[in-house]
Parts: sequence; C-alpha cells; structure tokens
Amino acid sequence: MPAYLARRLVQSALILLGVSIITFLLLHFLPADPARMVAGRTASAAQVEQVRQQLGLDQPIWTQYGRYLWKLVQGDLGRSYLQRTQVTELIAARLPATALLMLGAILCELLIGVTLGAFAAARRGTAADQAVMVGALVFVSTPQFVIALTLLYVFAYWLGWFPIGGFGDFKHLVLPAVTLGLLGGGWYARVTRSSVIEVLRQDFVRTARAKGLDRWRIVLVHVLPNAALPVIAMIGIDIGYFMSGIVVVESVFGWPGIGQLTWQAIQQIDIPIIMGVTLVSACAIVLGNLIADLVAPFIDPRIKLR
Amino acid sequence: MKRLLASVSLAAMLVAAPAFAADIKQGGEMTVTFKDDLITLDPAIGYDWKNWSVIKSVFDGLMDYKPGTTELVPDLAESFEVSADGLTYTFKLRPGIKFHNGRAMTAADVKYSLERTCNPATQSPGAGYYGALKGFDEFQAGSATELAGVVAVDDSTVKIELSRPDSTLLHLLALNFSFVVPKEVVEAEGPDFGHKPVGTGAYKVTEWTSGQSITLERNTDYFKAGLPKLDKINFQIGQEPVVNLLRLQKGEIDIPGDGIPPAKFVEVMNDPTWKDLTIVTEQLHTGYVTMNVNVKPFDNVAVRQAVNMALNKERIVQIINNRAVPANQPLPPAMPGYDTSFKGYAYDVEGAKAKLKEAGLEGGFETDLYVANTDPQPRIAQAIQQDLAAIGIKANLKNLDQGNVIAAGGQKEGAPMIWSGGMAWIADFPDPSNFYTVILGCGGAVEGGWNWAWYCNPELDKRAEEANAMTDPAKSAERAAAWGKIFTDLMADAPWAPVFNEKAYVIHSARIQGPQGVFADPIHIPVNYDEVYATDAQ
Repeated sequence: MPAYLARRLVQSALILLGVSIITFLLLHFLPADPARMVAGRTASAAQVEQVRQQLGLDQPIWTQYGRYLWKLVQGDLGRSYLQRTQVTELIAARLPATALLMLGAILCELLIGVTLGAFAAARRGTAADQAVMVGALVFVSTPQFVIALTLLYVFAYWLGWFPIGGFGDFKHLVLPAVTLGLLGGGWYARVTRSSVIEVLRQDFVRTARAKGLDRWRIVLVHVLPNAALPVIAMIGIDIGYFMSGIVVVESVFGWPGIGQLTWQAIQQIDIPIIMGVTLVSACAIVLGNLIADLVAPFIDPRIKLR
Repeated sequence: MKRLLASVSLAAMLVAAPAFAADIKQGGEMTVTFKDDLITLDPAIGYDWKNWSVIKSVFDGLMDYKPGTTELVPDLAESFEVSADGLTYTFKLRPGIKFHNGRAMTAADVKYSLERTCNPATQSPGAGYYGALKGFDEFQAGSATELAGVVAVDDSTVKIELSRPDSTLLHLLALNFSFVVPKEVVEAEGPDFGHKPVGTGAYKVTEWTSGQSITLERNTDYFKAGLPKLDKINFQIGQEPVVNLLRLQKGEIDIPGDGIPPAKFVEVMNDPTWKDLTIVTEQLHTGYVTMNVNVKPFDNVAVRQAVNMALNKERIVQIINNRAVPANQPLPPAMPGYDTSFKGYAYDVEGAKAKLKEAGLEGGFETDLYVANTDPQPRIAQAIQQDLAAIGIKANLKNLDQGNVIAAGGQKEGAPMIWSGGMAWIADFPDPSNFYTVILGCGGAVEGGWNWAWYCNPELDKRAEEANAMTDPAKSAERAAAWGKIFTDLMADAPWAPVFNEKAYVIHSARIQGPQGVFADPIHIPVNYDEVYATDAQ
C-alpha cells in the first residue's frame, strides 16, 4: 500500500507537470497579446514593449516557464495581470464556495441517480424502467441554463421558497445543488442501473432470493454495495469536474465559485489566473481519482492495491 | 478591450425630485449588481465601464464635471489659472481635504499621483494620455526621477507645465488616471491597493469579498456638504443580468448595473411600471466599418465611398431593437463638434454600383470582413454582408475572438474590413480629439495600433494639432467647430463607414431617485453614485 501510494503520487506530480507545460504553451501561442491588454489602448508601441518586459513576456518561452515553475514549487502562482492580486489569494477566496457546491451537487446526484438507477434495474424491462431512463437522458441533455433558470424562476421568484441566488446559508445552496443534481443524476442513474443489473445476475443474489429474502432488501443490502464501484469512480471524476468551476450555474445563482473567476480571466487573457485555475482543477481531478482508487478496496475487499 | 461608456442625456425623465437639493436628507442604502467583478478600484489602473464610475466616488481629481453635464468644474482644486501661452496651469487646492485615513491631502499628493500614473512600473493604461506634460518622455524612459511638469509649489498650490499646448488638459485632470492617492497607503498595500483603496472621495470602501460583494460607506468627512446622499452602497457581483432583472422586479435590488438584457428589452419597454423607470441615454459611441487603405481594392477612394453608400443603416439599427441611431460621421451626436448639417453618404445602391464601376470593379470583388464573435456583432456583420452583396462585393465573415480582431486590425495588411462593434469606440472623455488621435490619426496607424483603416492624412493631422493648441476657453466653440470640420472633411476620403451610435438604458427601482439628469449622466454609468438618494430615508 505505501509503495502503491508513493507510485501514484509520483505519477500525479508528473501529470500535473505535463498539464502545466501544455497549458503554458497553449496560452503562449494564443494570438492575443496580454501586454497590450494591460497597457491599454492609448499606449504607444514603446509603452507596450515596456509592459511586456515587466511581465517577463519578452523572454524565451522556456525561460518564462522555468521562472513560473520555480515560483510554483514554492507555492506562488504569481499575481493577476489586471487585478494585481495574488492568484493564490483569488483562488483561495473561491475554493470554499466551489467545494460546498461540489458536495451539495454530488449528494444530489447520488440521491437522484442511485435511487432511480437501482429502481430501474429492479424493474428492468418494464415501462417504469424506460420512463426513468428516458427522463435521465432528457435531464442529461438539457442545457444547464434552462434547468437553472427554470428552478430559480419557479422556486425562488414565483413561490419564494428560496432566495433568488446569492451565497450564505443552506437555503442558498439548495437550488444550485439540485440543478447540478438533476443534470448529472442521469449519468449516475445509467451507471447504477447497468452495474446493479450485472450484480443481480450473480449467484449470491440467486442464493439470497432462494432464501426467500424480500426483493428490496436484496437490492439495498446485497446488491448495491457490490454495484457501488463504478459509482465511486464516477464521483472521483465529478470532483475534478466541479472543482474546475461550473460557469453557467454559478452565474445564474450568483454563486462566487471558481468558474466565474476563470471565465472573466479568459476574457481578459489574464494568464496567471488561467494557469492557476487550470492547475488547481487538474490537481482536483488527479486527487479525486486517487481517492476513488484508494477507497475501492474498502468497498470491495477483492481489490488489492499494488 | 477596456473601455468606458460616457453618455449624454437624451430624454427628459420622470423623476420626482424635491424642489431643492438641500431638502434631500442623507441616509439609506442601495444595492447595485454587476455580472463581472470590478477587478480593481485603483484609479491609475481601473479602465472599464463598471469600475470607472465607482472609482469616481472613492477618489477625486483636480477637476470634475458638473453632475449631469459635460461641463468642467474645479473639484479638489478651488481655482486655476492658465498662462497666456497655454503652457502653464496653476491650481489652488481647496483647503481642509482629508483622505479616508484622516491625513490631510496636499500638493505633494497630486504630484505623486500623476507621477505614479506616468511611471511605467505602474502599468497604467492611461499613461499615454499625459504625453504633453513637460518631462514626460524623460520620466517614462527612466532618465529623470521626477515628472518635471508637475510642481508642488507649496502645500496648496500645484503648477502643471506642458511641453506643447494641449487643450484637453483639464479633461485629463478630470480623468480617473489623475485622481489623487495617498503615497503611504499605496506603498504599504503595494499591488493590493486596488482592493483596499483609500482616497478623498464621497464613499470609502469598507469591504471587498472577491467575486461576491463590495461595500461602500459614506465618507462623513467629505468636503462637499450634503454629499453623498446614501449611507451605504452594496455592490453584488456575479449574477446573470436576466436574473438581476427578476430581482429588481421583486424589489431585492435597486440598479442592475448591466442594464436590460437584449432578450428582455421589448418586454420591459412594454411594461408601464418599468418603462417609466428606464432612462435612455445617448452614449459617446460610434460603431463603424473600417476599410484598410493598404489593402486592394480599398486603396481606391471610390470603393470606400461605394461601401458607405451600400449600407442600409436603418435596417442594421433594427437588428439591435432600435437601441441606436444611424450615424453619418465619426463623431457621435452628443460630442461637441458634431455637425448636424452634414449628411454624409445616403443609402443608395445604384450610386454605390456606379462608384464601383468608376473604380473599374463593375463585376464586384471578394474580401474579408472581421467581426467579434459575441452577440449581436455577428448578426450585424451578416446584415452588412448582405448589403455589400447587393452591390456585388462578396465579403467573407471572419468571426473571431475580439482579441484576434484587434490584433488583425493592428497589422498593416491584416484585415481588409472590420466591423468595430463590441471593441470600439467609446470616448474616455467628452472631447472630439478622443475620436481622432488613436483611431484616425497617423499616430494610430502603426503595428498594434487602433487605426484599423491605416488612414494617415498629414494635412488633417496638422489641423488636429492646431485645434488642440486652441487652449483659450473662450474659443472652445471655435475649437469644436474646427474639430467637427476635420471629421466631415475626412469623410470625403471615407476610411470608415460610420454605421450607428448606440444608446444606453439604465433601469432603477422606484425607491432610488436623484436630481434631474442623474440617471442619464454623461460621465457616470450607470449612475452618479454620489447624487442618488433613497426615498425611504426622506
């Protein structure tokens, strides 16, 4: 186990290094000019050149990357070109909101997805199964904007049960989390359904049935834990997905997460912020997968980490 | 691109204003929303239409504009004198002005602030405006440690010397980039000053939660009696304009800073309650098509004139719900110097075809039209494309990110035609020179510049210089007329096809009111925060 962990951590570090190199290169070859963006439209060519030097953008790309990496290993993501604030500070300010929304969203996805998936599997082939699966497909393919605005309009504006967006207490979290739960729940429903169907075919289930156990008891106690692995792997992926920010849902509900920061930075070619956010979300993806893999043996003792 | 909206009152509004400003009590609060963060409130750096007006409420400059007008008045200065040659301005500072931290403001702070903006290390996007200050070039190059043109004569006197006459100087001293900051706070906060600003203005910033909210509270020591009216302004950041409109209708917020989203525009304007709370203002904006004179066949003036005649501007304006008026010259109607008698090129398809024939291009030609890829710009470009097709010009649309369009425009033979929408041009200050130097003058026709037509007419440049040298305030009408003539004469060469001048719409809750003109202020978007008041505090 320690050897496995060490190997995975080294792998993760290499992946992050790769991500940082690719992102850095992509941003470098962007046909836009951050120096001109900072210098403003009244600046002369000489003034733009001066800004370019100050930002270090006149250096060869590998020198620039080397400098960036050297600061990065010291935990310094640099300062935003336009806001002038430390990027670590900007990201840290958004992380709690992003993490909270991520937890809420994954919880909703699990509640909606696993329940529906297990139900559909147990009723496999019936009209109820088909209805659930079509419903899941509809929500998965609906644009975020539509669900978010509809929920906001009905439950916040019209019925007044929840605030019209904002960040603060539990009431603020419900609608954005449910929106994401509805959007992502469909994936969980599909994965859960096929996984449960597979387990249902196995011998121990037949044995349980032969013992005369109640059908729902079989699904809840014997099947679901055995069918949980693909779902857990999916949570690992979801952590990364949510940590990179959910621009649309954030902006409908005024949720101060990382997506809003990223979106604005991309529009302004604020390279240090774009780099920082990319690295943080890459970290989340890598960690999410690592955690999912580490948890697996506890769910299914047949798995050994080597 | 960072840009700034400025606007001029168009419609008289329905405002229940008390008869005298003095009757209005201070107190109450209001909530303003923006989708995007304000980025910074550092006056040397902030340069977009959202933070521009907030900065004006936190800081002050030597000059300002009389609320609701484009009339210059002394602000931190009590009075000023101009030398006969127009090269020396002497400002007497108002006594007793304090920064938010309690320290008295002096002439040394004015000098420090201007030097800070002009210092390349500050990376101020406004530094380029102050090139006429004596010693600017040396200071920028680092061969001088101070800006020779700004002298603190004593604690309450500032002398500003110019290396060439510049009649826009007073505007430049009303521009945010010249606003006065306290040296000790700037140095202590370093780059974080933009989020922890300290100025002399009507409000002080008491809280800034990145990406979420900003709180301004009344500066009780403000030097203008009775101002500001409100105790507190809450800025809420991050929500969609369409949701903010719902919140306004629900009474949760007072001013949605992003205005009315295009999709909701017709609905709101047909609603009797909200129609009366919506104020239309004419912006100092012109949308235009540039034709690169370095690229064939646009090197031929007849072709450029043909394009001008081919555009059906009325129809293009309809595409954006009539939120603009057709334009015939570079200057917008609200700008001094606008020539109301000038007719420009009328919509005339046959005439346009005749012009093409004159250029020997009877069969038309193929070219590229660059456009920023955010709505409604591509739709406008399609309308332009159709109009051009009607006279035989096949324009291929290049829908690109605005940064790429700007980059192509700044290359000598980069973009044959550009539709300027979403990128240019809204004046930074209400003076016609702001529509010439960078976007139509020879100085802007350089690699990376903003003169996308690459039009350079040395004779007009000379006349522009002469107009700018008319510093005597008594001659301002003459100067504006000289400028106006430059723009209408320039239309004979037709480097641009001016298309329309956009209007802005400010919507507000009935609870927040202000003196006549406050919601259509030419300088402040969406509103002059110092002047509005809460009816529930009365």
